[in-house]
Parts: sequence; C-alpha cells; structure tokens
Amino acid sequence: MYAGVMKDNVTTRLILENVSHDYGSLAVLRNLNLAVMHGEFLVLVGPSGCGKTTLLNILSGYIKPVSGNVQINGIIRTVYQQDGLFPWLTVAENISMSLRDVKDKSLREKEVKELIALIHLEGFENHYPHQLSGGMRQRVELARVLAGDSDILLMDEPFSALDYQTRLRMRYELVRLLSKRKRTVVFVTHDIEEAAQLADRVLVLADRPAHISKELKIEAARPRNPTDDAVIEATKTILGELGLHSSVIKEL
Amino acid sequence: MAGTMSSATLPKKTTVQSATAKKSNRALSYVLPVAVLLFFVLGWWLISHFNLFPAYALPTPADVVKSFGEEITSGRLYNDVIASLWRVAVGFILSAGLGIPLGLWLGQHLHARQAFLPMLNFFRFLSPLAWIPFAILWFHIGDKPAIFLIFMATFFPLVIATMSAVSTIPAIYFRVAHDYKYKGAELLTKVTFPAVLPQIITSLRVSYGISWVVIVAAEMVGCQDGLGYGIWEARNGLRLDSAVCYMVVIGVLGMLIDRLLIQFTKLPNVRWGYER
Ligand SMILES: Nc1ncnc2c1ncn2[C@@H]1O[C@H](COP(=O)(O)OP(=O)(O)O)[C@@H](O)[C@H]1O
Ligand SMILES: [Mg+2]
Repeated sequence: MYAGVMKDNVTTRLILENVSHDYGSLAVLRNLNLAVMHGEFLVLVGPSGCGKTTLLNILSGYIKPVSGNVQINGIIRTVYQQDGLFPWLTVAENISMSLRDVKDKSLREKEVKELIALIHLEGFENHYPHQLSGGMRQRVELARVLAGDSDILLMDEPFSALDYQTRLRMRYELVRLLSKRKRTVVFVTHDIEEAAQLADRVLVLADRPAHISKELKIEAARPRNPTDDAVIEATKTILGELGLHSSVIKEL
Repeated sequence: MAGTMSSATLPKKTTVQSATAKKSNRALSYVLPVAVLLFFVLGWWLISHFNLFPAYALPTPADVVKSFGEEITSGRLYNDVIASLWRVAVGFILSAGLGIPLGLWLGQHLHARQAFLPMLNFFRFLSPLAWIPFAILWFHIGDKPAIFLIFMATFFPLVIATMSAVSTIPAIYFRVAHDYKYKGAELLTKVTFPAVLPQIITSLRVSYGISWVVIVAAEMVGCQDGLGYGIWEARNGLRLDSAVCYMVVIGVLGMLIDRLLIQFTKLPNVRWGYER
C-alpha cells in the first residue's frame, strides 16, 4: 500500500510561481514565489487576515489563484483552523477516514491501532470527539492526517485554540510524530515562538496584499525548547521583521 | 500509563456529588411527581364528593375507575387504542419518509429553498383541522382521513426543521468531506445526514406530539373507532366518566411513546448534538 517509493525521489513537493490572488477588489496575495522541499518543515508567519489561509487553499489546490502557477507533487492532507473531526464518528472511525481507499479491512484496522498507540490514546478508540479534551482532539486530527500514505501536511493554526501549556505540549508531540512518520509540512501560525520552535524555514508574510518579506532558516535540531538560544535568536529576528521588537518600536 | 494520564484530562460532565446524595435525589424524582398526582386526585375527589359541580358535569374518580373496568372487559378500549396507534404510525411514517428526504434536498439547494420556503411556511401555519372538510370529502370515513390529517399536520414542520438543520451545517464538515472524497449519495448518508440527525430526532419528537393531538380531533369527525371517537361517543351518551377514562389513556400513551422516542437521543453517535 505504501508503494510510493518512486514518488519519494521528488525533491520539490510544492511550487508557486508568481502567484497572485484577489477576492473581488480585495488584493490578498501578490507575486508569490515559493518552493517547498521534500521533508521540509516550512512555517508561514503573518498577522491575522493577511492571507495565510488563502495561501494554504491555493497550495492544496482547493482554490485557483487569479494568476500564476501551482505545482503539487504528492498527496495532501490538511488540519484546519476549525475543529475538523466529525462529531458523529468515534476516534477510530475519524482516523479511518484517511484509509478509505485501503480495501483490506484488517490492514486498515492495524494502521488505526498503530496510530492510536502513537498518539497515546489507547482506550479512547470508541470515544467521540466531544468526550475528549482539546489537546486530545488535536492529537486525533494529527493521527488522521498522518494515516495512510499522505506526503504533504498543511496545517492552519492547528494549536491556536488550545491553552498555552497544551500548545507547548502539542509542539513536542508534533515533532515526535513527524520523527516517526516523515512528512513535508507547511504550517501556518501567528505565534512567533511556535514558528521558531518548529521550523526548518520561516517565511514572514507582510500585511495585505501578502508577499514574503523575510526568509529565515533555523538549523538547530528538534525538539527545541522555547528557551533554546536558536529559538530565542529566531524569535528576535521575526519580531524585528514584524516591527514588534522593542528595539524597532520607537513610539506607541 | 499514557491511558491513565489521558483519562485524568478527560472533561467531566457531571457535577461532583456524594453517592448517597445522588440516590436520594433519584428517589425524590419519583416521589415528587407521584405526590403531585395524589394531591390532584384528592382535590378532584373532594370537589366531586362535596358536589361543587353537578354530578353529570364532573364524574367522580370512582366512576372513572369503574368505567375503565367496563371499557377493558368489553375490549373496546383495546380496539380504540390499536386503531389510533395504527393511524398515527402510518401518517407519521409517511410524513417522515417523504419530509426528511425533501428537507435534506432543500437544505442543500439555496434556490430550491428560496422557491419553496414561503409555500412550506404557509402550509405549516395552516391548522391541520382546516383540512377536515377535504379529508372527509376525499377519503370519506375510516383510517384514511385521519392518516391524511396527521400527514398534513407533521409533514411541513418536519421538512422545514430538516431543511434549516442542513443549511446550518458548519462548512468545515463539507470541506473535510471533500478532502476525503465523499461524494454524491455517500456524502448525503455519511456526512449530511449524521450531521443533522440530532436535530431530526428532536423534530420527530415534536411532530409526534402534534400528531398525537391531531388524531383525537381527526377521529371525532372521520372515524367509527379510535380514542378520539371514544370521547366523542362518551359525550353523545353523556358518559363523562368514560370520556375521562379515554383522556387518561391518551395522556399516558402519549407520554409513554415520547419516552420511547427519547431513547433515540441516547444513541452514541447523536449524543454530541445534545451535549454541546
Ligand atoms: N472567500 C472569501 N471571499 C472574500 N474575501 C475573503 C475570502 N476568504 C478570505 N477573505 C479575505 O481575505 C483576507 C485574507 O483572509 P485569510 O486568508 O483567511 O487570512 P488569514 O488566514 O491570514 O487570517 C481577509 O481580509 C479575508 O477577509
Ligand atoms: Mg486563517
């Protein structure tokens, strides 16, 4: 079932060439050029309403940009900003959604079992989402997009609805899961610390119409603590770029 | 270990209460309504005992119990109950079987909704009793006019409830369904329908309540048997003891069937709709 070996020789997963997008008269994206490498963890940071969700929708092929080219190499799964689990399905049934084209039932069950063990939710297979805490629900969402043979994960502020401590825990959880199941990730957030902790590469988007105002590579190994030097350094750089560091804020 | 850790974070719905407090609470939930019932019957008995109303206008509890015995031994009450249940069941199944699919379809098509909503609302606000002349003209006497009236009383509210439930399904569910390739009939049965099922169950309970009210009126004019006809006949024979006995049966049966319908809300895959 995971016979996508040939595909995995691909070095570029997503390519945007000169992409622009408008909603009616509202210019949202302007001349974006972007290549997402295989296995890369790319984080997009930008203020609310600057067009991050729109950009993800273009990357997934859900909306066609007004102009420019989009190339997608691989199977995409998305974690949305809103709660995307089906409340009428159990944890196990929600995760199986990713395995709908796997015909062999025992194979499907084995994979679901493995994923539930991976997210440490053994014993909750038959619980429904409303019976879980926010962090547990988010782990199920992660298991669902990791199930089967997806290549690219798009994540739209997946942890923004969680409290700070749960959010921190989920970052480590995500890093751990990705070390078990390698994926290419495009992760959207407005949380700068989150970007600095997770990313191989951070793209800072400027306010509408969005364009890439800064690119930042972070080499440090994961998992990273919020207090690691590399994370603090990157946080400073991003804050500076967004004009939110005290050294650049002159007057309020 | 991970399991126990996670269960500690599981949100609890029930408030903390000692086991004994819970038990006495449950006992109270039976004792209180029975006490109210006993007071009600006692009041009734006092009023009739001291002849505050003339005897022909208010039967005594003892009269009603006696007439209960008569109706049961003659087998008439049993026949009437079966006749009414049958009409309600057929009318109700017909209107749910047609109304829910129509509601699902309308909910998904904005223009169809715009086109039909005023007409549906018009019929919804038309009392089903207004159809009585047509019911009798078209279907004469027997089960059919009663079934027709129940259909007219429940079909429109069911369509409208299902339709508005569908049109308010959060867009995120359809987005996820799109990602996981749910299409056509599968989208309808595995996404749209389960997403509105909690609301459909609620509206089924409401429209069952309507049909139980309507059946009594329908049987007073279009039938030769049934609970409504029983009351009508009791009135014609000035047997109010018998009328009260039928009223008790109608009320109690209505409550029992509603308890049955409530069971649907306990299905595990609809609980989410009632708990948040
Ligand atoms: N479907 C749409 N139609 C019209 N305007 C939209 C639509 N989706 C988003 N917008 C607008 O485009 C801008 C960018 O939205 P979005 O991509 O959701 O931003 P972000 O995810 O960064 O908060 C916002 O001003 C938003 O109001
Ligand atoms: Mg967004």
